[in-house]
Amino acid sequence: MDACVKCGACTDKCHYFLGSSDPKNMPVARQDLFRSVYRRHFTFAGKYFPKLVGAKDLNDEMLDDWYNYFHQCSQCRRCSVFCPYGIDTAEISMAAREVLDTVGIGQKYCNQILGKAITIGNNLGLPEPALRDTLLDLEEEIEEETGVAVKYPLDQKGSEILLITPSADFFAEPHIDGLIGYGKVFHQDGVRWTMSSYAAEGANFGMFIGSYDIMRKAALRIRKAALDLEVSRVMVGECGHAWRVAYSFWNTLTGVGAGASDEFGIKLQKQLDSRYPQPQHIIEYTYDLIQRGKLEFDKSKNDHRVVTFHDSCNVARATNMGGIPNGQFILPREVIKAVCNNYVDMERSTIMESTFCCGGGGGILTDDLMEIRIKGAMPRMQALKEVEKSNAVDTLVAICAICKSQFSKVLPKFNFEPDMIVSAHQLVSEAIIMDKPEISDSEIEADTAKIKEETKETETSK
Amino acid sequence: MSVVSIFFTALFYISLIIFLVGMARKIYQYWITPAPLKIPTAPTPLTQTGVVMRLAREVVLFESLFKSNKWTWLFGWLFHIGLALVLVRHLRYFWLDDLPEIFLFMQPFKYAAFAMVIGLFGLMGRRIFVERIRYISAPSDYMMLVLLLTIGVSGMIMTFTSNHTDVIMVKEFASGLVTFNWVNLPTEVHFLLHVLMVFVLMVIFPISKLLHVPGIFFSPTRNQVDDSRKKRHISPWALKQEQDHEMKLNQILGQDDSEGK
Repeated sequence: MDACVKCGACTDKCHYFLGSSDPKNMPVARQDLFRSVYRRHFTFAGKYFPKLVGAKDLNDEMLDDWYNYFHQCSQCRRCSVFCPYGIDTAEISMAAREVLDTVGIGQKYCNQILGKAITIGNNLGLPEPALRDTLLDLEEEIEEETGVAVKYPLDQKGSEILLITPSADFFAEPHIDGLIGYGKVFHQDGVRWTMSSYAAEGANFGMFIGSYDIMRKAALRIRKAALDLEVSRVMVGECGHAWRVAYSFWNTLTGVGAGASDEFGIKLQKQLDSRYPQPQHIIEYTYDLIQRGKLEFDKSKNDHRVVTFHDSCNVARATNMGGIPNGQFILPREVIKAVCNNYVDMERSTIMESTFCCGGGGGILTDDLMEIRIKGAMPRMQALKEVEKSNAVDTLVAICAICKSQFSKVLPKFNFEPDMIVSAHQLVSEAIIMDKPEISDSEIEADTAKIKEETKETETSK
Repeated sequence: MSVVSIFFTALFYISLIIFLVGMARKIYQYWITPAPLKIPTAPTPLTQTGVVMRLAREVVLFESLFKSNKWTWLFGWLFHIGLALVLVRHLRYFWLDDLPEIFLFMQPFKYAAFAMVIGLFGLMGRRIFVERIRYISAPSDYMMLVLLLTIGVSGMIMTFTSNHTDVIMVKEFASGLVTFNWVNLPTEVHFLLHVLMVFVLMVIFPISKLLHVPGIFFSPTRNQVDDSRKKRHISPWALKQEQDHEMKLNQILGQDDSEGK
């Protein structure tokens, strides 16, 4: 709040400013909505010389501006990369939203979702039977298609891995194809894994509204699930801010991690297998299996595609993968390159730590905000247009549920096919070579004979 | 001692005290402000050494600003490096004994004043002519530049034009401030303006955006190690928050199903 010198370095870095040209969408101007009030009420200069330093009172008009503009920030942190002091507008918009919630003008979308996440265990409000049903359908579908019985276990005690994935993966397109991919990878590894109906949500909207308590409350369900199901590893599916919360915050909030010296943390960490990073990202897991030669792929299955990768903002700027510097950029690309032949990157200034947000993150993925979502997507779409022209790119890969939902909605607005957005694990799923169960002809004959006998028996007993 | 000298001597101590106390209070405030979560921004250092290197690059080279905008970086960096060199050279006035040889080498540092003033004009130009930056500028932002320009230009007038001031007198006055042997100071208007503006700068330092100097070291996106999976980062604030709010939260949500109370 104090350190900003108004140098203007951030002014042309926000995708919402670039898309909307609204000066209040410049990161420093967005911060100033908050800073001017801070100055007025908490600093000497602002108390006595408000005009001089641009200090303003907190009144209804200001609150309206807060509501508007702090919901035109996707908390992607692109501006903070370029700020000479590392001032993070995401933190400020979180704080402002928390103030808004406190005075009773919270945002419906986030708060409704949080209600469901905290009482039912996922953002969709999906109860356990519905979830079980969905997963059974998915198993049938995969078996029909591939002839392999890929399982989607739910609440199986004593499994090795607990998978926490965004609930969008259960239903939404293209997310579900990613879930199919995770299942196939687990199947090939032969590991015992499960999901939890109590904590069937990777996403944590508590971060978006800036509430430590709510975020912790939502995250604690995962702790409880891990303890109850007695798993030794916790893994996270493809979701941007979920991975941020998991990677950066879970150790603090729930003890899912390592290196605790307190009772609360140690209790869980004793149970977790310290040979693996806790929590681990599904991409790290798949990457590791690929490195160890455990997975085989037919890359030509993806030959009809020319692929590029969209670094999801929260993964790119707030997390790591693989424990190596910039692993969060390297690992997903390596996984993609291992399963398809045609890969190109978009322009350097629009990827990796400088990646543009999809335009729908940070709790604004609601149809009410469609206009700003489209404007915010513009810079990413421009970069995509360029590689479409130069390299005929027709597939955009993301590892974030929000990115996937956002892109499938906004791609058509920029004359792209809506289904060009896919999960990284969809590509994995399409190229992976599954071991078919080897059954000899005689066994099949024996089985058929047995079934015939059984049917006879039932018929006679009738 | 003349009235002017008494006035300036008193003003020096007053501004110095305001500067020191103000800065101490601010730094203490930054020190105790909780950072409950790990929020370093990419590209993140995975070790403590990495963090030190990162901060060093930020402070000395303005790494992030360089990534962001080359013109702002150029002018900003010119100004700061110029200021730093000029400040070092000013030490000679407060040095109590005979000047060690090293000060001879610092003699050319006086030309750094040009870098400083060119940088300031550049920054001022940006603020006036670039529409985005004009939009975000408050009156104080311009005044700060004017203040620094006044200091720089008045100093240059004394150094590079025939309006030299009596350097020996300056030295006696300055070292007198340190040893509490107060003496008269030169009364050329350039000199008085130069010194007066420096005092003003010291006074407004702790209540203005000049706080970016200590601020950078307390910036959690820059000063944190990216090791959240390896170590449990838990702040005293968070521990207290958890205890205080857990009960209240459960009342609001009307249920009690989470672990680790």
